[in-house]
Amino acid sequence: MPLAPERVEQKVRERFPNVAIERLTGAAVRDLTLIVPAEHLVEICTFLRDDDELAFAMLSWMGGADYMPRVPRFETIYSLLSVKHAARFTLKVMVSEEQPKVPTVTGVWPTANWHERETYDFYGITFTGHPDLTRILLPEDWVGWPLRKDSPLGYEEVAFTHNTPGRTVPSPSLKKLAPKKVRYRAQ
Amino acid sequence: MRSETMTLNMGPQHPSTHGVLRVALELDGENVVACKPIIGYLHTGMEKQAEYKTYTQSIPQTDRMDYISPMSNNLSFCLAAEKLLDVTVSERVQAIRVLLTELTRISSHCVWLGTHAIDIGALTVFWYTFREREKVLSIYDMVSGARMTASYFRVGGLAMDIPEGFLARCEKFVDEMPKHVDEYESLLTKNPIWIARTQGVAPLSAADALAWGVTGPSLRGSGVKWDLRKDMPYSGYETYDFEVPTGKNGDAFDRFQVRVAEIRQSTLIAKQAIQRIKALGEKGEYRVRDFKYVLPPKEDVKTSMEALIHHFKIVAHGFFPPVGEAYQAVEAPKGELGFYFVSDGSSRPWRMKVRSPSFVNLQALPVMVEGKLVADVIAAIGSIDIVLGEIDR
Repeated sequence: MPLAPERVEQKVRERFPNVAIERLTGAAVRDLTLIVPAEHLVEICTFLRDDDELAFAMLSWMGGADYMPRVPRFETIYSLLSVKHAARFTLKVMVSEEQPKVPTVTGVWPTANWHERETYDFYGITFTGHPDLTRILLPEDWVGWPLRKDSPLGYEEVAFTHNTPGRTVPSPSLKKLAPKKVRYRAQ
Repeated sequence: MRSETMTLNMGPQHPSTHGVLRVALELDGENVVACKPIIGYLHTGMEKQAEYKTYTQSIPQTDRMDYISPMSNNLSFCLAAEKLLDVTVSERVQAIRVLLTELTRISSHCVWLGTHAIDIGALTVFWYTFREREKVLSIYDMVSGARMTASYFRVGGLAMDIPEGFLARCEKFVDEMPKHVDEYESLLTKNPIWIARTQGVAPLSAADALAWGVTGPSLRGSGVKWDLRKDMPYSGYETYDFEVPTGKNGDAFDRFQVRVAEIRQSTLIAKQAIQRIKALGEKGEYRVRDFKYVLPPKEDVKTSMEALIHHFKIVAHGFFPPVGEAYQAVEAPKGELGFYFVSDGSSRPWRMKVRSPSFVNLQALPVMVEGKLVADVIAAIGSIDIVLGEIDR
């Protein structure tokens, strides 16, 4: 019998009765998603991996999301896969803008290593305990967190006099382009 | 005598790294002490760009991820968006999608086999496999007008109907293909040099493969029978009759055998899909008739006011999914390829996350090569089957 996500939720709630676990709501939330507190993330993940009935031996992917201007602003998302029971399950952790810190799950699934580096690279969320938290897709000297909503898509701004300091007078080269005065015979 | 390790940069401009991959190797003589893949040279920020585009506008971007299997990328994108919208396409569209993604699998495995063999020194195979790959590319050309960047699937259907003579051409290709696979196998499977270069090379145990999130033929080569087409079916795969080949030892040779067997299985699936499309009509409906999400037929646009409004709305704004989120994965030639969408109710995704198989599979490279010989690194990179466009996105 396939493992229903409702059953997974029930088992997690039974195992962690004192932890504030919420279910994600929304008109079109197509996969059952639980929001768990950051301090219990590693425990819950270890339980989901090791429990025989659940056996989420694989972390399919994890990533971040920015919900600016909502408070808390960020989320990290964990998509778990149970090869044994052909089931998926999704966990989320809310992350604040002031303290964007989440414990790493590399100890549970080593594959989280690059995913967490990517999330750090894109959103500036740090993963405490991560063995090698460096930028992965962007250059090492990149400034800023490109997938944050307040980071512009980026393009080279066209230089006008109003946005280029010191460019108040048209340059001499532009004068050449001005139309020449033409004299007509009739004048 | 002094003894110290040497650091060697393999790539990013090295043909055997299949693109701009850089591998920092720490070597003790010929032995690999440590291996660190360094990626990002091809990063184009597709996930960021998608937030500024409507859903349909992002489809051409997906072609450029894993550029040797565009149809699988299109399929994963469209299925994820359809899951968000709660739209199901007709059986005919599903069969056409299955046919084209299986041809994609054949073509992708052909490219993999040719380049992997070149890396290890068997040049001939390349010319054979690229001959067949070219045939698949002309089939893409036939349906979409592009050889590589097909962008043929749309959310809620296809861009256009299949052209006349398309099925006959696919049928011819699929009928010939097993003979060509025999050719490849006669060049490699019992070739002592090939066996020496791949058997026992770059082994990956099933437990390691799962822990490192490895999917696709690389996982099946390690003996785990996991195929999303069988275990979490989409697009009606549960109704097709096919086998999931697996390996035993998880070495480069097993991954080779799994992929070659997969080409044969794909031809079987493609044959069944062709029969289905024939039964459902060579010409027919190729998108859902819900014009909130897909463009209405052009003939209607010219005669009906309502269709004209729908046409304008979709071209100008795109469609508006409900607030929510969805993740849908498909079994791409390289492994689990998935798209995760967060919608805020607008016509652009609030967040698009790509779960690309090459990105995850490459992470297992150090597990395969550390403590082994440096020459095996090339065989290992080849045997994982990576595409850097998909890793860096």
